Amino acid sequence: MNIVVCIKQVPDTETQIKIAGDGKTIATDDIKWVMNPYDEFGVEEALRIQKAKGGEVIVVGAGPKRVTESLRTALAMGADKAVLIEDDGLYGADPLAVAKILAAAVKPLSPDIVFLGMRAVDDDAGLVGPALAEFLDMPNLSVVTKVEVGEGSVTVQRPVEGQTLVLEASLPAVISAQKGLNEPRYASLPGIMKAKKKPLEVKTLADLGLDKAGKAEIAALTPPPARAAGKTISGETAQELAANLAKALREEAKVI
Amino acid sequence: MDFTIPENYRLMAETVRRFVKQDLDPISRQVEDEDHIPEEIVEKMRELGLFGLSIPEEFGGLGLGTLGECLVYEEMSKTNACFRTRIGTNNGIGSQGIVLDGTPEQKDYYLPKLASGEWVACFALSEPEAGSDAANVQTTAELKGDEWVLGGRKHFITNGDVADMACVFCLTDKSKRAKGGITAFIVEKTDPGYFVGTIERKMGMRGSHTCELIFDNCRIPKDRVIGGDKMIGQGFKTAMKTLDKGRLTMGASALGSAQKLLDLSVDYAKQRVQFGKPIAQFQAIQFKLAEMATNIYAARQMLYHAAALRDSKGTSIIKEASMVKLFCTEMANRVADEAVQIFGGMGYMKDFPVERYYRDLRLTRIYEGTSEIQKIVIARELLRG
Repeated sequence: MNIVVCIKQVPDTETQIKIAGDGKTIATDDIKWVMNPYDEFGVEEALRIQKAKGGEVIVVGAGPKRVTESLRTALAMGADKAVLIEDDGLYGADPLAVAKILAAAVKPLSPDIVFLGMRAVDDDAGLVGPALAEFLDMPNLSVVTKVEVGEGSVTVQRPVEGQTLVLEASLPAVISAQKGLNEPRYASLPGIMKAKKKPLEVKTLADLGLDKAGKAEIAALTPPPARAAGKTISGETAQELAANLAKALREEAKVI
Repeated sequence: MDFTIPENYRLMAETVRRFVKQDLDPISRQVEDEDHIPEEIVEKMRELGLFGLSIPEEFGGLGLGTLGECLVYEEMSKTNACFRTRIGTNNGIGSQGIVLDGTPEQKDYYLPKLASGEWVACFALSEPEAGSDAANVQTTAELKGDEWVLGGRKHFITNGDVADMACVFCLTDKSKRAKGGITAFIVEKTDPGYFVGTIERKMGMRGSHTCELIFDNCRIPKDRVIGGDKMIGQGFKTAMKTLDKGRLTMGASALGSAQKLLDLSVDYAKQRVQFGKPIAQFQAIQFKLAEMATNIYAARQMLYHAAALRDSKGTSIIKEASMVKLFCTEMANRVADEAVQIFGGMGYMKDFPVERYYRDLRLTRIYEGTSEIQKIVIARELLRG
C-alpha cells in the first residue's frame, strides 16, 4: 500500500503574527515555521497503516525552500521519501492552484491513499483536500477521525454535531485528517539522523508543466481588533453584584 | 562568522522543546513533590534517543557534536532539572570514560546498553575527603589473582541508586596518586560487595537522586580496568578528560534554565499590576529584564562559539570550556535571583516554578568542578609556559 501525505508549512501556532507593509501578507521575519498540525495527523496515520500493511510513505510539500525542514520532520517521523515543489510564490497562493500543483506531483506516485490535514491553521481555507480529490479523480473523505483500511476500500468516520457519520469509499481515495484521528509521534533524535540520508526530490513548477496562476488572490489582511481591558463588577452584596452584572450585560455589552 | 545552526540540530532542539512542553513540564510539579520520575516518562526518553546523544553511532548512539548536544541540553533545561540529570550521566560523565579510553570490548559491551537507555551509568569519583581535591581518593583497589578487590566509599553520586554500572576511581598506588596511582574501573550493580548506601537529602534537584556507593570487599573481573591493563594508574587523566567534556553541556543546561526564567519573568511582568499598571512599565523591572537578557545573550554566544570550536578542532578546549561553565552557571544564578525578585512574594512560593529553578541552579556552581576550580583551570592555562 503506497501512501502519499501532502503537507503545508505554516507559522508555529505560538507565533505572534504581524501584517507586512503591503497589507496583504504576513511579516515573515521572526516566524518559526512548522508542519501544519492537521497534516501531522495525516503523517502519523500513514505510518500506522504502513506498519500494518507495508508499502511506502511519501510526503509532498509545495512552497519555498524552507518547506524542506517540515518535509525532513516527516521523514524523521518515519516517512520514506519526500518531494518538494519549490517555488517562492506558493505561500499564500490560491488553494485551487496549490491543489492542481499537488495533484500533478502526486499522480505519478500512484498512491492508494492520499492524506492531508482538513485545513491549514494559517488561512483556514480547507479547500486543498476536496480540490485535490477532484483533480485526482478520487473519492474525497474529509474531516476524518478514524480510518480503517479494507481490501480495495476504506471506511472512515467523521464527527457531525455529536453524531458520527460512517463513510466508505473505494481506493484510491483522498482523506483529510481532523484532530482526534491519532496522537502524532515525535520526530525522534535517531529518526532525525536517519532522515538526513533519505531521498528528498526537488521539482519546479516548470517540471510539472504548470504555473501558479490562481483565480483568487488575497486583497487585504487586517489584524483582529485589540482586546479591550476586562471590567470588574463592583457591589457590596451578592444581590447588588448580580444586579450590576445584569445591567452591564444589558446596557454595555448588549448581550441580554 | 557563520552562526547558522545545522538543520538536523534545529529539528532535534524542536523535538525536545515539544517533549518538554507536552510531556515533561506538565508533570514537573508532581515529580518535585514525589521526588520520582514516572517510568513511562523514562521510556519516552529512551524512545526519543535522549540517552545516546554523545555515544558514537557505531555503538547505537547519535554521535552528536558538542553543539548538537548543547542545544538538546539547553531545551531539556527549560523544565524540572531532574529530567536532564536522568539522561545526563549516560551522555556525560557516566559513559565518557569508556567512550574516551575504553577497550574495543568494553565499548562493544557497554555503550549500546547506555545509548539505548537500557542501562544507566554513573560516575563515582567524589568521596568525603576528595571533593575539589579529587586526587585524594581513599577507595582502594588491589589485584588478587584474577580479580580486583575494591574497598571504600564514594558519595554524592548522581543517579547512583538507579545505575546499572558505575565508573569508579580507586587508588591503586598510594605513593603516586594522581601521577600514576589512580585507576578507573567499571563496576556493575550485580558485582558482589557493591551496595547503594544513603540517598542524600538535598536543597533541590528533587526527582534526581544522589547517593553513597559502598565497596565492601567488592570483587570484579580483572578486565574491568577502563582501557585495559595499560591504563592501570592512568585513571585520574580519564576522570579529568571526562569532566572537561561535561563543562560545555553544564553551561548549556544553566543557559536553558536562565532563558526559561527570563521568559517567565517577562510574561509575569506584563501581567502583574501594582500601583495601577503592569510592573513591566517600571524601570526598576525593565533594568532587571534588560540585564538578564543581555547576560543570556552573551552566555549563548560564548557557549555556541566554544562548542563550534571544539567540533571543528576536534580537540579539547580546556580554558574555553572552563570559562563557559563558570560564566553560564554564575550568570544563571544571578538571573534566578532576579527572577525571584521580579516575582516578589510569588517567587518565594512553591506554586510557581521560579523558586525551584533558584534552588536547582545553585548546584550548577558546585558540581562537575566548582566555580573556584574553573578559575584555577583558566588561570593555569593563562599562566602556562
